[in-house]
Amino acid sequence: MSLPLTPLGAFLAILSMALVTYLTRSGGVLVMSRIPIGPRVERFINAMAGSVLVAVITPMALYGDWGARLALVATFGVMLTSRKPLLGIAAGIATAAGWRLIQS
Amino acid sequence: MSARLDWPGTLKGLKRMAPLSPFVIAFGLAFGVAAIQRGLSGLETLLMSGLVFAGASQFAALELWGPQIPLVALIASTFAINARHLLMGAALYPWLSHLPRRQRYASLGLMSDSNWAMAAADYRRGETNVGMLVGGGIALWLAWMLGTLLGVVFGSGISEPERFGLDVIMGCFLLSMLVGGKLDLGVLVPWVAAALAALAALAWLPENSHVIVGALAGGIAGLLMPPRSKPKEASP
Repeated sequence: MSLPLTPLGAFLAILSMALVTYLTRSGGVLVMSRIPIGPRVERFINAMAGSVLVAVITPMALYGDWGARLALVATFGVMLTSRKPLLGIAAGIATAAGWRLIQS
Repeated sequence: MSARLDWPGTLKGLKRMAPLSPFVIAFGLAFGVAAIQRGLSGLETLLMSGLVFAGASQFAALELWGPQIPLVALIASTFAINARHLLMGAALYPWLSHLPRRQRYASLGLMSDSNWAMAAADYRRGETNVGMLVGGGIALWLAWMLGTLLGVVFGSGISEPERFGLDVIMGCFLLSMLVGGKLDLGVLVPWVAAALAALAALAWLPENSHVIVGALAGGIAGLLMPPRSKPKEASP
């Protein structure tokens, strides 16, 4: 099921995202007022949080151009050494821009 | 133990969160630029930041944005990325249960990683005022909106975003969120499972299913791993 990229379609997509996100924000308290969240559910949710990012990034690394790939490598390297996300993102942008400058 | 919500406490929470706002503005700017570059209108970009107010899931949504918006994949990825909120909310349950129902569920609408972390610390210290959660949330929301607006204005003025490397913001942001936390076997095994499952889905399953398949594979891998001795806080 998909929505067309019209103003209405985009609006409905954004509204769905907002609704789902609010449900996650309120859901923990809502569920806990009935049954406590067990350690197994907690492990599943914790592992899923990073995994979904991995699933989104993997195709970018695989099918992107070398500018995009090297940008991810730069971000990764900076994150491992500094743990500063903004610095990592800046390094990625600069790497992609630099690589494409050389290539053009 | 009790809890209450009032204006002085909210204002105090807002002030305590203020030092963090330049960073939130910078992330918002990055999102605004990336969204405009992906073809969202300025209004849609601001609407998404205002209503969804959850950075990583917004960046991931851009990846799914195309001539057709795959609704199921969009909802699944938004849920998977934001499911950590369930744990965060559950951790504050004993505290928030003292608030009147309407205040409780309105406050939760503003819960984000940073204000949750500070509010959870307040709760553990025995603080009875939940103003940190609400005031901090308001501060984060305002900074996120201001950053998004700056990004929309800035992004609209650029005709060749690839030349300046602006098309990689989305991927680099998500990667930085991913590797910013603790790295050990407990997270790496699910990630490898997620990557392999996503690749398999890309090759053999319908378009855009790789996000759901990867998230589920990683979640199940995490479930099957032996539990670690120390309980981990919800990752950012």
